[in-house]
Amino acid sequence: MNSNFNSSDIGAFKDVWVFCEQREGKLMPTDFELISKGRDLANELGVNLCGILLGDDVDGIAKELGGYGADKVYVCNHPLLKVYNTDGYAKVICDVIADLKPEAFLIGATNIGRDLGPRCAARLHTGLCADCTHLDIDMVNYKEFLKQASTLPADRIEKLDTAVVLGQKHDVSRDLKMTRPAFGGHLMASIICPRFRPCMATVRPGVMKKNAFDQAKADACEIVHPAFELNESDFQTEVTEVVKAAKKLVDLIGADYIVSVGRGISKDVEGGIKLAEELAAELGGVVGGSRATIDSGWLSADHQVGQTGKTVHPKVYIALGISGAIQHKAGMQDSECIIAVNKNDTAPIFEIADYGICGDLFKVTPMLTEAIRAAKASK
Amino acid sequence: MKIIVSIKQVPDTSGKVAVNPDGTLDRASMQTITNPDDMNALEAALKIKDETGCKVVVVTMGPAPAAGMLREALAMGADEAYIASAREFGGSDTYATSQILAAAINRIGVEKDDIVICGRQAIDGDTAQVGPQIAEKLHLPQITYAADIQKDGDTITVRRMLEDGYMNIKTKTPCLITCIKELNTPRYMSVSGVFEAYSKPLTTYDYEALKDDPLIDKSTIGLSGSPTNILTSFTPPQKGAGVMLEGNDRATCDKLASILLEKHII
Repeated sequence: MNSNFNSSDIGAFKDVWVFCEQREGKLMPTDFELISKGRDLANELGVNLCGILLGDDVDGIAKELGGYGADKVYVCNHPLLKVYNTDGYAKVICDVIADLKPEAFLIGATNIGRDLGPRCAARLHTGLCADCTHLDIDMVNYKEFLKQASTLPADRIEKLDTAVVLGQKHDVSRDLKMTRPAFGGHLMASIICPRFRPCMATVRPGVMKKNAFDQAKADACEIVHPAFELNESDFQTEVTEVVKAAKKLVDLIGADYIVSVGRGISKDVEGGIKLAEELAAELGGVVGGSRATIDSGWLSADHQVGQTGKTVHPKVYIALGISGAIQHKAGMQDSECIIAVNKNDTAPIFEIADYGICGDLFKVTPMLTEAIRAAKASK
Repeated sequence: MKIIVSIKQVPDTSGKVAVNPDGTLDRASMQTITNPDDMNALEAALKIKDETGCKVVVVTMGPAPAAGMLREALAMGADEAYIASAREFGGSDTYATSQILAAAINRIGVEKDDIVICGRQAIDGDTAQVGPQIAEKLHLPQITYAADIQKDGDTITVRRMLEDGYMNIKTKTPCLITCIKELNTPRYMSVSGVFEAYSKPLTTYDYEALKDDPLIDKSTIGLSGSPTNILTSFTPPQKGAGVMLEGNDRATCDKLASILLEKHII
């Protein structure tokens, strides 16, 4: 890493960068979400938005990032970068950051992003905010967000233009405001990194909305190959094998309709899941589950909705026998329409449901499937 | 050979969580537990101890009462415990926390055939950052999201989980591994373990004990050494309650289906 690099020389840093993750030579959906969000942030700062893409011979997939908003993509090709490896990726990213000095650096909070981000932030001596669900530069937008998404009184929101940092008043207008849930979703916090650059964030997959693809922008996107060095001696770990899950994983994030089950199916787990699958099939959706269903081994981990699972915002979210613990709500409360079926009329899920039915899911679900089938047939 | 396990005492967010009117967490009203992923980390270390007879050392950073959690770890089978606890360490973000824990682990000493194991993430912050940051500060290779750990001499092979499968990763000791709950089922304390726990060494590292480590500096630890600051914290508003439909029979379901149809939701 460039030995002159100084993360506290704030004025030397410019542009917003997004780490664009590829697996098997294919871009990840998160890349497009982050490029789209990064475009807004770069506009608010009046700077360029750049992707950084590591792999082996991956120039061919880089331009697509331009279609979602990247002005430029830094592509680092090397046979040793073909498959993700902490040692190689952290070295190249830190070296290129130290040379080119972006002011903000976004990473998808995938299992890979959450391995890479902290390693790089520690090496660069800068701040990293994990698993963000909202990002702002512009103070007007940020305050508007807080008015909608928080219970903070208006006068406190108005005072957030400055923060006290090491006893000094600090103007936060050019800082990235990184908002994330903590304590299992019970609290939200907005984090800043006022004294160091780049300001780094990992961003929760599925949360940022993807821009519409623009072919002209993709064509205009500039591909740049920054200088870097990488040798086998830089590696302390070796990836000996990459194995894809045999079973096709459920795509909760991309689904428009999700039917989720909770502890309420315990008296007949297989039967409950089957009813949920039938309802989901009628809607053209997929089945999800609360943490209890995953912890009990009833559903595999890819089905989990919630703070420790996936964040989803489908058109319709149907919660069957889910009480609605905060940790679950954190992952689904932004769904466009929430329908809850629960035996207990005081279940917290009803507090956020658009439509609630108090009843036994084993009786209600098949009737609901039938009713929806009949309603669609009448169209 | 020894295994150093970094663990954290956290509020139990799976139970009732109380929030103060000012938007901070009412910690006093909450139970504390050993962070669940850290229990898997400790179990992984104890399993290797069962096979090889190696020493297991637990380390934490936190206020003095966190020593109670260390006693539990000793009762489960760990041999020694260390707590980094000082006013100067307070207010640390993940960067500053990893500096302090790395300094504590340096003081304990990482030798050629040692392993450092952490939980993937703590349930209070869910950041998963401290493990990799300790690894960087100690210049150790890291393997995160471990669902299986095999040790063959100084070669460590880990099944590292991805969202859509897994990787097998090989490295040599010393190294740092972070664990997920699929790795194992943590054991309980045994009666004899509880009895022995109080005769096992538990050492406090205060600021004086760690201050000579190059990682420990006012500009890298505590609130003043934390690159990130909290601008504000808040509780989300309750979404307005929707419509509770009457009844739970076919007529109710038909009514709901017709509403969804009218609103073009289906």
